[in-house]
Amino acid sequence: MRISKRISLVDLRRQEEFTGWLCVLPIVLGILIFQIYPLIFSLYASFTSWNLTSPPKWVGLDNFIALFTSDLFFLKSLSNTTIYAVGTVLPTAVIALIFAVLLNLEIRGRFIYRSIYFVPVVVPLVSIAILWQWIYEPTFGILNFALRIFGVHPGPSWLGSSQWALPAIIIVGIWRGLGYDIVLFLAGLQAISRDYYEASAIDGANPVQSFFHITLPLLSPTTFLVIVLGVIDGFQVFTMPFIMTRGGPANATISVVLALYNDAFQYAQMGLASAIAYVLFAIILVLTLANFSLQKYWVFYEEVR
Amino acid sequence: MTLAQRLGQITTPRTKSKILRVLPKLLVHAILIIIAISMIFPLLWMASTSFKSPGKQFSFPPQLIPNPLYLKNYFDLFDLLPMWNFLLNSAKIATLTVIGTCLSSSLAAYAFARLRFRGKNFLFIILLATMMIPGQVTIVPTFVIMRFLGWLDTHAPLIVPSFFGSAFSVFVLRQFYQTIPQDLVDSAQIDGAGFLTVYWSIFLPLGMPALATVAVFNFLWSWNDLFGPLIYLTTDVKMTVTLGLTLLVGRAGTTAGRWGVIMGGALLGVIPMLILYFIGQKYFVQGLARTGLKG
Repeated sequence: MRISKRISLVDLRRQEEFTGWLCVLPIVLGILIFQIYPLIFSLYASFTSWNLTSPPKWVGLDNFIALFTSDLFFLKSLSNTTIYAVGTVLPTAVIALIFAVLLNLEIRGRFIYRSIYFVPVVVPLVSIAILWQWIYEPTFGILNFALRIFGVHPGPSWLGSSQWALPAIIIVGIWRGLGYDIVLFLAGLQAISRDYYEASAIDGANPVQSFFHITLPLLSPTTFLVIVLGVIDGFQVFTMPFIMTRGGPANATISVVLALYNDAFQYAQMGLASAIAYVLFAIILVLTLANFSLQKYWVFYEEVR
Repeated sequence: MTLAQRLGQITTPRTKSKILRVLPKLLVHAILIIIAISMIFPLLWMASTSFKSPGKQFSFPPQLIPNPLYLKNYFDLFDLLPMWNFLLNSAKIATLTVIGTCLSSSLAAYAFARLRFRGKNFLFIILLATMMIPGQVTIVPTFVIMRFLGWLDTHAPLIVPSFFGSAFSVFVLRQFYQTIPQDLVDSAQIDGAGFLTVYWSIFLPLGMPALATVAVFNFLWSWNDLFGPLIYLTTDVKMTVTLGLTLLVGRAGTTAGRWGVIMGGALLGVIPMLILYFIGQKYFVQGLARTGLKG
């Protein structure tokens, strides 16, 4: 009796080991085929000249040197992308925080508002980009019509102007991302215990004081998440410039991923494209790690009771 | 003192305080409504333009509600491009992607949440690390793999990878599966259930809310994706809605009422996602609030 039971326990353990591996096998294969292998291969490719038809030819650091010295698009794309990322992430976060605080004021119908604000997030970005091309249309677009009411005439030519094209794309980025940040902030706000506000009210704090001394510190993990995700997302901007401007006018809106796409899939310069991919990867990695290491200075995690 | 003055004395403070109580809330509502309108207005403008005749599209001042309702834009749209193919292709790819992701990710999530096997923690850390890799970094070699397999200009590169699961989905499901009580598993095992039976009869059904979150997000991502279809698909009838729409701007270029046609196309890309959003709304917001998944 006792022996057979022990054997069955060993069997059970072996069965668990086997089932465990069986269950994770697809994802392990997926990571190897679609993550690890491409990651290593594109690192190798970034040191080669490779047009897909002939085998890659080793060129050392040439691609990276070209990117930062002779490439016409890359440095411009890097500065555009940085401006886009900073220009969308910070305003979106600040505006979203204000609205989330307003929504959190026990407002009737706040979930209806929240649902409406979230709509632009779920809509295909391609449709959004095309729609805003129409809104930004210089002569018949509704935006310049609205500006005309306020006496601005003629309005900017927006996507056709090298001065206004990038700000125009940033505005769409903010409009699109607002609902997303609002939902995150609202969830963060609702997790803050009412006790803190009651205690501070007893101590005579006014709403502004309690916002800066209670809400902001206790919300900082959410703020951190919003900024980290926003920066990662902002550095990968592609669809809007691809559709609205193709990177123009005069490269005013070319982004890093658009430059990568052009090199890889328009000019078949796979080595150069891989080098761009790695620079992008390095930037995102550094920014994410920097965010994580800076968080100890401003992110306040509530102690678990 | 007249009666009216007396009444005034009695009532004024009360009404005043009531106004003071209600006023800030009204102000907040006013702000929130203005924002709501500015979030929705561009989309309404898209719908409105799509029902306007060429002349009305450029009328000044702009007409907000199209009158008469002009449907020819949609006929022109379907003449210019195989819109039905686009919609069906997008629906097919998104559906299969959801099935693949849900199957593989929920199995892996179950193993990471409950089973003991060698290398589990190491694998999980690797899994989390891969979430940091931006998709564009791996795109060139992935493209080469798909080309090697002869899958260019087919839907396979957009579907097959999902059957290997996705790190995000595994992560979300694992979080949820960890909250399922061990007692349930124990009693099923006493009744003789094997590990896969436990997955099938306990984790899959009880984990439905989390699985629904994963499903709606993956459907959305697949439907809204442009980069994948753009590099893999070249034949018109095989394209997705998002890729097809990029052709539309060029093709409608010479038509008189081009913006009406273009907005009609953009709207057809939007409507299925709006329907999905209003049906699955609670899963979107829950999933987002819990994990910070990207829309």
